[in-house]
Amino acid sequence: METQGFKKIYTKITQITKATCSLQASGIGYEEMATVNGRLAQVVKLQGDNVTLQIFSGTEGIPTNAEVIFMGRPPVLKVSEELAGRFFNAYGEPIDGGPEVEGEVREIGGPSVNPVRRKQPSELIATGIAGIDLNNTLVTGQKIPFFADPDQPYNQVMAMVALRAKADKIILGGMGLTNDDYLYYKNVFDNAGALDRIISFVNTTENPPVERLLVPDMALTAAEYFAFDKKETVLVLLTDMTLYADALSIVSNRMDQIPSKDSMPGSLYSDLAKIYEKAVQFPEGGSITIIAVTTLSSGDITHAIPDNTGYITEGQLFLRRDSDIGKVIVDPFRSLSRLKQLVIGKQTRKDHPQVMNAAVRLYADAANAKTKLENGFDLTDYDVRTMSFAREYSNDLLAIDVNIDTTAMLDTAWDLFGKHFTKAEVGIKQEFVDSYWPE
Amino acid sequence: MEENKMTTGKVSGIIANLVIVEVDGPVSQNEICFINLAGVRLMAEVIKVLGNKAYTQVFESTRGLKVGEPVEFMGHMLEVTLGPGILSKNFDGLQNDLDTMVGTFLKRGEYTAAIDVDKAWDFTPIAKAGDVVVAGDWLGEVKENWIGHKIMVPFKFEGKYTIKSVKPAGTYKASETIAVITDAEGSEINISMIQKWPVKMPIKAYTDKPRPFRLMETGVRIIDTMNPIVEGGTGFIPGPFGSGKTVLQHALSKQAEADLIIVAACGERANEVVEIFTEFPELDDPRTGRKLMERTTIIANTSNMPVAAREASVYTAMTIGEYYRSMGLKVLLLADSTSRWAQALREMSNRMEELPGPDAFPMDLPAIISSFYARAGYVFLNNGSTGSITFIGTVSPAGGNLKEPVTESTKKAARCFFALSQQRADSKRYPAVDPIDSYSKYLEYPELQEYLAANIAPDWLGNVLEAKNILLRGKEAYEQINILGDDGVPIDYHLRYWKSEVIDFVILQQDAFDKIDCSAPIARQKEMLEKVLGVCRADFDFDNFEDVNPWFKRVINVFKQMNYSLYQSEDFKKYETELAEVIKERKVA
Repeated sequence: METQGFKKIYTKITQITKATCSLQASGIGYEEMATVNGRLAQVVKLQGDNVTLQIFSGTEGIPTNAEVIFMGRPPVLKVSEELAGRFFNAYGEPIDGGPEVEGEVREIGGPSVNPVRRKQPSELIATGIAGIDLNNTLVTGQKIPFFADPDQPYNQVMAMVALRAKADKIILGGMGLTNDDYLYYKNVFDNAGALDRIISFVNTTENPPVERLLVPDMALTAAEYFAFDKKETVLVLLTDMTLYADALSIVSNRMDQIPSKDSMPGSLYSDLAKIYEKAVQFPEGGSITIIAVTTLSSGDITHAIPDNTGYITEGQLFLRRDSDIGKVIVDPFRSLSRLKQLVIGKQTRKDHPQVMNAAVRLYADAANAKTKLENGFDLTDYDVRTMSFAREYSNDLLAIDVNIDTTAMLDTAWDLFGKHFTKAEVGIKQEFVDSYWPE
Repeated sequence: MEENKMTTGKVSGIIANLVIVEVDGPVSQNEICFINLAGVRLMAEVIKVLGNKAYTQVFESTRGLKVGEPVEFMGHMLEVTLGPGILSKNFDGLQNDLDTMVGTFLKRGEYTAAIDVDKAWDFTPIAKAGDVVVAGDWLGEVKENWIGHKIMVPFKFEGKYTIKSVKPAGTYKASETIAVITDAEGSEINISMIQKWPVKMPIKAYTDKPRPFRLMETGVRIIDTMNPIVEGGTGFIPGPFGSGKTVLQHALSKQAEADLIIVAACGERANEVVEIFTEFPELDDPRTGRKLMERTTIIANTSNMPVAAREASVYTAMTIGEYYRSMGLKVLLLADSTSRWAQALREMSNRMEELPGPDAFPMDLPAIISSFYARAGYVFLNNGSTGSITFIGTVSPAGGNLKEPVTESTKKAARCFFALSQQRADSKRYPAVDPIDSYSKYLEYPELQEYLAANIAPDWLGNVLEAKNILLRGKEAYEQINILGDDGVPIDYHLRYWKSEVIDFVILQQDAFDKIDCSAPIARQKEMLEKVLGVCRADFDFDNFEDVNPWFKRVINVFKQMNYSLYQSEDFKKYETELAEVIKERKVA
């Protein structure tokens, strides 16, 4: 970043720890940005004249006579239409070789929306993936994470969702993304010819971990610009929030804070909420939808990170490999979209809620039948039918490689019902059975 | 409190929203001060004093604040403004009116008036000149929505006063003097419709706080029938995410038989509050036929709003509740979620480098929680009328584990425990209140037992306990069946299990999204419980365990159709007849 003129240069650091350094200075604002020998830093503590700075890239090699320059402002992002199609690092500096973005200077991590000025989310987001559209319908203004083990193809699914969703802008916040995954996103967006509506803020595993704390705020500041100022539909992808939380715990540890559950800072809930609550539907038309990834360690959702996330977000999506069909599916039991009630059967066909519930119930019956089989009990005819239904349901609807519209999903479900069950076994309201039961 | 000179100070240290201020005069614990930040005044509260340093928690972001900035102390604690015009408002945790704020984004340092002091109200006097009054006595009344809003002697007044004059019936502004009273020394004091009260102090303008005894109907069967809550009682709802805490709380706020509802959305999702904003003005209150919003006040401090104000929000809500209780009203206070409030305490305790208790929560967490729950209750006012605050808080236990400090501390303070179970939620048995783990201590109160016997039926309590026992035995039978296999147990086990399933499906489960089933009046609950127990008490004839399941499923299905039908309607009676026929097929005479 450019050095501004007329700034006082301090050269006497009094204390250095792994992530912070302290010096005597006056007239400094809290959360103000500074550079220490050119490295970006932020004020995290003021005590009299004693200023403590957190250096994002670490303090390795910082001498006590390092040049410290205060910038007189918190971290900012310049926002304008020029952001579209560009790739930035965690500080908002271009990493695609292009020129600096000119625009209005905005503080990142700004204030929250007055709750009475929000609108209830009401617009369906179609992804073509039946595991999402049919069972866990997404709505603009929603915030929802994928809870996935690191080996699952969540980045691919997210990229697919992003491209199919009819968003005006897609903003990628990559935290601790491997370089390979970063290039994957870049390629996918490029091949889809969607680069002009993508904006990326990326911290890869090659960058210092603490830097990634800036990424969500950068991404969401850009999102607010397009959603609020430009009234656009904005989709924000945040991957991987677990690595973000890990960075929080590194900082709080170095600040000598007492850790709470799972070594996470006591403020984890508020820290995550501040990010996710930026998801909003504005009454004037723009919206911010957040789809995030929270990686789990072997499916454990009681860990502090997924647990706090679950209390904040409006549902969660689970991916699972279905060994019966050899494909990754969206798990219908553990996945949930809390906002689906606002759109299903209203913006989709009327039979949607009933078909969705009946299919999941029959799928659950199949799971019971499978347990019975594994325990060596005899199967009834109904058990056998549910199991063959489950295989087809999984393959034709739950698998993530499905790409059809919601009406086609509903028709497929009816076909499967008709093929495997009697009307009474499916137990759907008579008026829908009359209209849609396949002959 | 009226000191001649206000204390001032200068900022000397900043760590997130903990700001250390060097002061030049006396300060008191919990005193409110305003910190200057480039012309914006940030509200803060003193939470610790060390020598001439006051540690304050700022209710806003401290970004950009500098050492040396001036601070003004106000000489009072965090106060709310009490008067007509609170009802139906949307406040933040510090009682700022969210609707009068300018712009889409919350600006820090923007504080809006809680009450419109210039609004005119139709006043009717209650007291007359010459009456001797104390704090909390009713001087007059104005109509706020449909509630008779009492104008009272301010709660801060100590001792006895004599009324010199009360304004005659007429229209007055809220800020106008409506009565003049004289104290023991004969000095005159003007009283308006508005008064202030510090939120952390309970309002004690009542003569007696007896044990609560009157059932508070919520229309939710698993609460009213199985684990009843009483007027002035306390309860809490712990549950992992996705188990339906919010849906249950919304059901309570829509249906509960209370005069007014105060919802403290404390550190939860903004979209959930938006749902209330959007739906409550449209929904009808079944008891008054008016819109639900008219009896609802919302204190919204959502999870992205400042953390310190989150702690204040529950106190703000409770104080408003106490104010309306002093008018002789039945108040239901809902707080979602008290865990977020406890987390706010933890964040602050952490920044002050206090020695941590379990899970890094402050050591005095149990004391803070229990003294807060103690502010609820049923009271006799000075004039003999009664009022109540029923408090139900939700708890969001980390990892769904009920052995964490907030749940355990709350369990000691609250008398009803509505445990939401992940397993029940997963199998879509809503409301997912666990029938075995949950309890209501009030069922053990002789006062309530008498009330139930007199107002529902003499054998009501016996029936409820019998149903609970059947559920327990059904669960035991189910475990045996799972271990030994369907054909490895006597048929009797299947019957026992399926009888408990009838109670589960017909009484415990309830469709919160169905227009009719969502709320069941107590008379209906009584009839359904008796019908279900009729099935449970009967003997049935089965030769083969495979026939048990389909037959009971038919029974349950007919019962459910009854639940979905208008009470005592044609449909209801049709299913009643059908039920009798199905039962006859298998019942042993």
